[in-house]
Amino acid sequence: MKQVVQAEEIRPPITHIGVIGWVKNNLFNGVFNSILTVVTLFLLWKVVPPFFRWAFIDSAWHTTSQACREAAGACWSIISMNYRFILFGFYPYEEQWRPLLSMLILFGLLFYSRDRSHWKKPLAYGWIIGLFTMGLLMKGGILGLPSVESTQWGGLPLTLLLAVFGLTAAYPLGVILALGRRSRMPGVKILCILYIEMIRGVPLISLLFMSSIIFPLFLPEGVTFNKILRAQVAIILFTAAYIAEVVRGGLQGMSRGQYEAAESIGLNYYLTMRLVILPQALKIVIPPTVSILISAFKDTSLVVIIALFDLLKTTQSVLSNPEWMGFSREAYVFVAILYFLGCFSMSNYSRKLEKELSRGD
Amino acid sequence: MKDFKDSAAREKVPFWLDPKKRAILFQLMTFAMVGLLAYYLTSNTLINLEKQSIATGFSFLQKESSFEIGESLIPYSAANTYARALLVGALNTIKVAFIGIVLTIILGTIIGMARLSTNWLLSKLAAIYIEFMQDIPILLQLFFWYAIFYETLPSSQEALNPGAGIYLSNRGVAFTIPEPHPAHLYMLLAFLVGCVIVYLIRRWARKRQEKTGQIFPVFLVSMGILVGFPLLTWWVLGAPLKMNVPKLGGFNFEGGLTVSPEFIALLLGLVLYTAAFVAEVVRAGIQSVSKGQREAAMSIGLRPVPVLNLVILPQALRVIVPPLTSQMLNLTKNSSLAVAIGYPDFVSVANTTINQTGQSIEGVALIMAVYLFFSLSTSVFMNWYNKRVALVER
Amino acid sequence: MKVFKCFTMVLMLLAVGSMAVAGTLDEVRAKGVVTAGVNPGVAGFSMPDEKGVWKGLDVDTAKAIAAAVFGDVNKVKYVALTAVQRLPALQSKEVDVLCRNTTATLTRETVNGLNFVHPNYYDGQGFLISNKKKVKTAKGLKGATVCTLPGTTTEMNAADYFRKNAMPWKPVVIESNAELNKAFFAGRCDVLTSDASQLAAVRSVAPNPDDYIILPEIISKEPLAPAVRHGDDQWYDIVNWTVMALIEAEELGITSSNVDEMLKSTDPQIQRFLGVNPGFGKALGLDEKWAYNIIKQVGNYGEIFDRNVGPKTPLKLDRGLNNLWTKGGLMYAIPFR
Repeated sequence: MKQVVQAEEIRPPITHIGVIGWVKNNLFNGVFNSILTVVTLFLLWKVVPPFFRWAFIDSAWHTTSQACREAAGACWSIISMNYRFILFGFYPYEEQWRPLLSMLILFGLLFYSRDRSHWKKPLAYGWIIGLFTMGLLMKGGILGLPSVESTQWGGLPLTLLLAVFGLTAAYPLGVILALGRRSRMPGVKILCILYIEMIRGVPLISLLFMSSIIFPLFLPEGVTFNKILRAQVAIILFTAAYIAEVVRGGLQGMSRGQYEAAESIGLNYYLTMRLVILPQALKIVIPPTVSILISAFKDTSLVVIIALFDLLKTTQSVLSNPEWMGFSREAYVFVAILYFLGCFSMSNYSRKLEKELSRGD
Repeated sequence: MKDFKDSAAREKVPFWLDPKKRAILFQLMTFAMVGLLAYYLTSNTLINLEKQSIATGFSFLQKESSFEIGESLIPYSAANTYARALLVGALNTIKVAFIGIVLTIILGTIIGMARLSTNWLLSKLAAIYIEFMQDIPILLQLFFWYAIFYETLPSSQEALNPGAGIYLSNRGVAFTIPEPHPAHLYMLLAFLVGCVIVYLIRRWARKRQEKTGQIFPVFLVSMGILVGFPLLTWWVLGAPLKMNVPKLGGFNFEGGLTVSPEFIALLLGLVLYTAAFVAEVVRAGIQSVSKGQREAAMSIGLRPVPVLNLVILPQALRVIVPPLTSQMLNLTKNSSLAVAIGYPDFVSVANTTINQTGQSIEGVALIMAVYLFFSLSTSVFMNWYNKRVALVER
Repeated sequence: MKVFKCFTMVLMLLAVGSMAVAGTLDEVRAKGVVTAGVNPGVAGFSMPDEKGVWKGLDVDTAKAIAAAVFGDVNKVKYVALTAVQRLPALQSKEVDVLCRNTTATLTRETVNGLNFVHPNYYDGQGFLISNKKKVKTAKGLKGATVCTLPGTTTEMNAADYFRKNAMPWKPVVIESNAELNKAFFAGRCDVLTSDASQLAAVRSVAPNPDDYIILPEIISKEPLAPAVRHGDDQWYDIVNWTVMALIEAEELGITSSNVDEMLKSTDPQIQRFLGVNPGFGKALGLDEKWAYNIIKQVGNYGEIFDRNVGPKTPLKLDRGLNNLWTKGGLMYAIPFR
């Protein structure tokens, strides 16, 4: 008993608690780690302050390109002077509030959908109405809105459009393919495997080439789809194969008992899948699905190669203007930040979701 | 039970309720639909091609390409055929993919280890790197590195000279390389012989250790053989020292080995991007080995290196290899973005071919076939390796 | 079953689409617009201005076609096409006419199934180089790094030229004009090779145009012409005679400003041309006022040239080969009779 009392009175040495203790435990535990820390700190010191200086102190924020060329630091003016073209492309200048509003609706819906307790029927209707409104806003032609051809859509709205519609259409297709691959019917199974492996074996860019160059030849004379739609189809077909693989993982994770139980109460294949298997399997694979989502979002940038004016292409277009030539660093950093914000919030969300799901609520 | 079966057989089941027949019917329908669709598309295409009198077939491959390619592993000129031009493109793809994969695995492993390091600073930096690289499209990164390369570096007249014989300019990096000499071939042979010897020594050392418990310093001896053999050969053959130093010609560096900015930008982009994914794979693999394994290994007196080599890695590799394979394939597929920054890879050459011959269907089909071949052969190889790793683990 | 339904629906939809096969003119009339394939960005030929409106010589040619068909220059839909997309886009009917500074060649007219009309610009390939390189002739380009667009006739001409003169060279081939020009100005390559008109355009947008010169050698013939698909003679005639009308109008001295007075001219040639004496419109399947509409709304060839690429524009190009045949050029319209 005496000893216990004593132990309460003696505090741990100063080097084991507080800031010093933390530093000692996390940065200087051992010779090797200490050297690593010192080297890393030195490198950081070499890189971060000059970058900070370049980006914030010596930089030009809202000037002409002439003033920009004289500034020692970054020239953010390329963004501030051209942001409307970068963000909206060829969309008629006076009408640009429409894509802006559409994007706000999209962000609003996404934000609302973050919370899993909102995942109910009304939300699905909300999405349908929302997507429809966005399409209407962009296209116009009614309610006194001048019609804007989809060939004139560009910039960030185009990027988001390709990503959002690409995923909504690819998801069901991917689920069907995954079910087909797990099917007991050899014919269906072979077809699905062929499709999935073929698509996963080739780069997206070859599909985009196909959609932009040879797809029109597949159609009978006189039937054409516009370029954006064709690129969209290529992205859907591509993403579906990847979603199929993820969903297959989920289906494989289902125990046989689930199938047997469903069969024993007389459910047919369709009902078994819809009511028993898919709800569970799809829930398991939400996190990997989000990472497919992220890569699909990033992959939309590839449409640059077939001359669609998405966010990256409009930026390059500004960069090819002689006035702003040579400020690639700033322009690409800006675009990178936009993509980063999108992808980071998604991956963050996926981590959060993963935690929630593993808690098993 | 028997009665029930018999009665069921007697009552004739309509064929659409018989699961077997229904399955066959369904499959026939699916095949019919896919076949119909395929027939429909092909016939359309044929009609269209016929109508517009567009040439078809692969006979263009034998025609003179009449375009030049910037970099090539095999001799090539505009007088060669399209087939050879495409081969040059395919080899360029293999070159960048191979070097990229090797560098990616090294960098990815380092970053993955750093992420797991007990050093807080290092671990956090690695985490930031991984998150950042994963969240920016690879195409944007390629454009960025390419633009940085030619906008930041000086012209070849004012090339930077960071080390002896290395010149850095917006025309690429020029290295000094040894003048070609027959000794090099023998050095390569010596190296290969060294590899065989090292392999034998390792086997012998393991057997001896299993038998007697004595440890042979395999690593040091191997290194000595691998470096020493070629050096010895070089010295025996008269130690040729003549170097091919890059010199500034009229426009560019001549002589030496010049690596183009397109190649460097592509390689840099691919490696930095893919390494972030590989780091995550490595981290997950190492974390998958439970702590108890390490503790158990240490408790029987193994030192850190054998713990890693004999206990952790064999188990971790089993988890690492499959996702690593798909990352390697991703890198190969992403190398097709070279077309955007002007590196003459297969897609880029095929693109030019399509443009000149107008035979887009054949061109795109070639692109797809080549990548499918790359993908399938890589997966076959990795599957074989994966099986080996799995067997070792038992 | 769902899948099956979808398939049948798609098939039915496509089947319906395939029934409507008609001549290009009827299709264009039905759609209400001429769909023209243009270059995504070459100053002077086709380039969107800061408000996203297309401008340029090729764009004006497309407008002239719209004026001939509809009497309204605004009934054009522009589709930006990269070099590799242009031929398939025309072949597959994604566009009705290609006004995309495309060189007429034997291969393209035969193997690729296109028909080129009368050129709307005679060009030739040259080299653009920085003053600092101290090169005065193309023969001095030994060992140079050359920037070029992929798969164009340009790339092949350059290969031919260097081969003929036994000079080693290094091509840098980049897919988009914008990236290519950027790389050239940043010094990634020593020389930029392209059609002389394009070089002038590139030079005009240089950070400092006076630092660059176009070498005197012109190494190829590049007749840039609008193109249509094989097998539709009526549509070919319309596009061809639209270009002819632009040239003929200049020769007859008809401009957008005096075309209304010219209607009262007693010259039978002018009367026939402007449809005062009818006949040509019907022959082409167009309105009798077709030529009047073109000149009134777009102007004659000389006006188009001066407006887009002439001496008063940043491109500062001379008429040269593109002058009328009466003034030493090659622009020669077949008689309107």
